[in-house]
Amino acid sequence: MKKLSLILVSLIFLSNSTFASTYSSDPKMFVSELVNDAIGKLSDNNLSKEEKATFIENIAIKNVDINALGLYTLGELRKSTDKDNLKNYQQAFKKYFLKSLTSRLTDYSSNKFEIIDAEKKSSNYTIVKSKIISNENQPEIKIDWRVYTKNPNKPLIRDLIVEGLSLARTQKEEFSSILSANNNDISILISELEKFNNK
Amino acid sequence: MKSKKIITLLFATILLITPELKASDECFEKTSRAIFKFNMGFDSAILEPLAKGYNKLPEPIKNGTSNFTSNIATLLSIPNHIMQGNLRGASDATASFLINTTVGIVGLANPAEKLGLNAQKEDVGQTLGAYGFGPGCYFVLPILGPTTARDSIGMIADSFVDPFAHITWRENELLGVSGNQIDYVAVKGTAAVDFRADNETNFDSLEKNSIDLYASFKSLYLQNRENKINNSSEGEDDWGNLDN
Repeated sequence: MKKLSLILVSLIFLSNSTFASTYSSDPKMFVSELVNDAIGKLSDNNLSKEEKATFIENIAIKNVDINALGLYTLGELRKSTDKDNLKNYQQAFKKYFLKSLTSRLTDYSSNKFEIIDAEKKSSNYTIVKSKIISNENQPEIKIDWRVYTKNPNKPLIRDLIVEGLSLARTQKEEFSSILSANNNDISILISELEKFNNK
Repeated sequence: MKSKKIITLLFATILLITPELKASDECFEKTSRAIFKFNMGFDSAILEPLAKGYNKLPEPIKNGTSNFTSNIATLLSIPNHIMQGNLRGASDATASFLINTTVGIVGLANPAEKLGLNAQKEDVGQTLGAYGFGPGCYFVLPILGPTTARDSIGMIADSFVDPFAHITWRENELLGVSGNQIDYVAVKGTAAVDFRADNETNFDSLEKNSIDLYASFKSLYLQNRENKINNSSEGEDDWGNLDN
């Protein structure tokens, strides 16, 4: 029995160390380590698509502020929505976010990545500027990372700004369009998210 | 009669650029959504297959085509830089065009970039934005895609300001050079296929992951125009509200 629990504990420890490394608390280093770790895993041909998807999910749960992102994308409605609906929305949003993230990244092919600079906007936010270096098939792509630094020991990603286009803002405006077409009824938005999640 | 029509059209469009209207406001959403659906059909039937075929071409051909259309687009940037009072931008764009047209063999290569000349793209919509005109309401045009009241006026004005449009679309002779409307459509069409091919994965991903594709395209278009007008990639920052 003792042996079995030891194996289980070791397995849990192993899976954590493989899929959810902890990164530096310095925003610039944090993004650099996280992206290089991700590039290494996603371009590893020995990993299956499912293993890559699990890796992305784990890394996102640990390093992206999904809860805050969900609230941001809901806009002003987050202030007037009751607790139960907000909880249902957050659950649906988390699944939606992870599903769309894995679908975007599992087919990733290796690229060279470089951190350019970091700009501290406030005590809560630092923007880390980076670029994917151009190659024969694609031009250089600038990516800014909005890192939430309220807890200086645990930075979290809140937004990705690709060539000046904020993914969080795009998501927020997409949800806002659905809400305004449906009299700000959050249950419609939740059901749309669930429809996507169950596809 | 024709000029009366143009004046009425311009007047109606200027009315749409009222300070009360934000870019996120729609001019006629139902119609725009129907046109967007038509455009997506056009994309699936024509543009996407062309872009996929284009992406299979050898890299030097793709780069040459992209450089060629981009070099011609620089011609529109020169007068717009001047109208914005950006003489440095105008001289960079002029030098870029001249170097690429000559040393770069009619624009097929881009030696100007290697010399550090950044020919930033400008159009009349951006110039109006720089003058302080708001975007007005948002709508979608058949084939041409998303626009705003301000940008649609800009698009019409582009054809008067752009030297390439003068010698092709308007068939005027300029410095002994002229062309016809087919040349204009061919270059603009090729630029559209090149853009679509460059963004093949992005379009697929957007289509796959959006729950309201129309709204996603609208948001991306408006953010892009905002950045181009401000010559900056820093959009609005409303994250502070979340922590209050």
